[in-house]
Amino acid sequence: MGEQVPIEEGLFTWPSDDPKLIGSECQECSAIVFPAQSGCPRCTSDNTERKELGTKGNLWTWTIQGFPPKSPPYEGEIDNFEPFGVGYVEIHDQVKVETRLTIADKESLEIGMEMELTFVPLFVDDNGNEVITFAFAPVAG
Amino acid sequence: MSKPEVAIVGIGMHPFGRTPERTGQEQGVYAVREALKDAKVEWKDIQFAFGGSQAAGAADTMVSKLGLTGLQFINVANGCATGGSALFSAYNTIASGAFDLGIAIGYDKHERGAFRVNTRSHGLGDWYGKQGLALTTQFFGMKINRYMEKYDISHNTLAKVSSKAFRNAEHNPNAWRRQPFSEEQILESDMLSYPLTKFMFCSPAEGGVALILARADQAHKYTDTPVYLNAAVVRSRRWGSFEVMAPWIALDDAAGPTVDTSQAAFEMAGIGPDDIDVAQLQDTEAGAEIMHMAENGFCEHGEQERMIQQGETEIGGKLPVNTDGGCLANGEPVGASGLRQVHENVLQLRGAAGKRQVPNDPSVAYTHVYGAPGISGVTILSK
Repeated sequence: MGEQVPIEEGLFTWPSDDPKLIGSECQECSAIVFPAQSGCPRCTSDNTERKELGTKGNLWTWTIQGFPPKSPPYEGEIDNFEPFGVGYVEIHDQVKVETRLTIADKESLEIGMEMELTFVPLFVDDNGNEVITFAFAPVAG
Repeated sequence: MSKPEVAIVGIGMHPFGRTPERTGQEQGVYAVREALKDAKVEWKDIQFAFGGSQAAGAADTMVSKLGLTGLQFINVANGCATGGSALFSAYNTIASGAFDLGIAIGYDKHERGAFRVNTRSHGLGDWYGKQGLALTTQFFGMKINRYMEKYDISHNTLAKVSSKAFRNAEHNPNAWRRQPFSEEQILESDMLSYPLTKFMFCSPAEGGVALILARADQAHKYTDTPVYLNAAVVRSRRWGSFEVMAPWIALDDAAGPTVDTSQAAFEMAGIGPDDIDVAQLQDTEAGAEIMHMAENGFCEHGEQERMIQQGETEIGGKLPVNTDGGCLANGEPVGASGLRQVHENVLQLRGAAGKRQVPNDPSVAYTHVYGAPGISGVTILSK
């Protein structure tokens, strides 16, 4: 029986109790990027540190992936493909993060709507493990 | 206008689309031979070459077919701006005085379907592709979706851009998709990446283009109809711009590389957008053409809705855009795409574009490409 594993180490803190995305913050100019990296693309400094990102934000733009992506590199379901939402969520005062969305309905998606971080199963890997990645979902209510 | 130092004296093209019987490189060789004939020179007269393809091998290997003359041949790889970068490099090689006569070459041959992206070659982790974010099509959908809401662009205007492309291509024997589609057919085709449907997207394709360049003061040795290169500029992205293949974007908003490239090109040529008689703008999909009209300085953001509804970008309009059918009807062989735009403008300035000729004797023409991971190339041509 497989277990649940993150899609990549260092991308987020799941399976911690209050999982967050891991970015980096420039110690010179405070610019934040995701995922974490060693250089600052804003001021060119190489002085950056790990920064856990906020879990809420607003949908900045979105689309719906309507056809199965090519595999490789895609590892999700292809034979029984279901369209999925993709967007950028503007995390307050930090950075806009590109993400899968938990809904894919053009009537329900709206620029500016409040979104929150969640974690979803994506595919089962060759070892039988369920691979978990991040996504954003509309804030309930 | 600034005094030009470089002229285009020969053009050649292998038709775009699908040519199963020829490799990408063979299509490039074909384009070179057509350009040599057009300039009335031989391969051994060519002093240097810049060439590139993304998916069809190293361009310099074509010398084994064209002739081992020992010329300086440099391969160029710069995504969708590969052709533009080859041209920029050839331009500067002549402007610097290093050589008098050279060639810029671009060709490609891609597999069917959306571009397969190697995330590592884009400096991205494997997770990005595994979870289905490594698609250029998503970026285009997300950029125009936000733009439509912000500037009141209608779905019908998207359809009008595609319908114009296929209509223009009907008169272009080198184009791939030459069958007109109605706006209804375009809107009702499969929704690939909201709000963009199948017929609003260009497809990866095949083809080749070659351009022969000479010193402007020697151009009449080769042709009675030289076309001068008044500007050739390439720029990359700055902090705050919104680009394809980006896992994150800064909170600050900045203009994209197209705006920077366009402004630098107009400055170099010493003219402004109002002086342009015909423009070829990167139309990877219908939304891109709309946004690039404003980013290149041809209108204010949002003005496109009225302009396109009133037919101003049609061949007989105030600013004809993508007169050969653009990427939408020609497809996108990445290495050749930017040079196709220049090839079309040379035909338009020569008055040799046949049934798709822009009326009233156009004298200044503009090309623009955009590509991953946020680069742009612009040329300004005149006669």
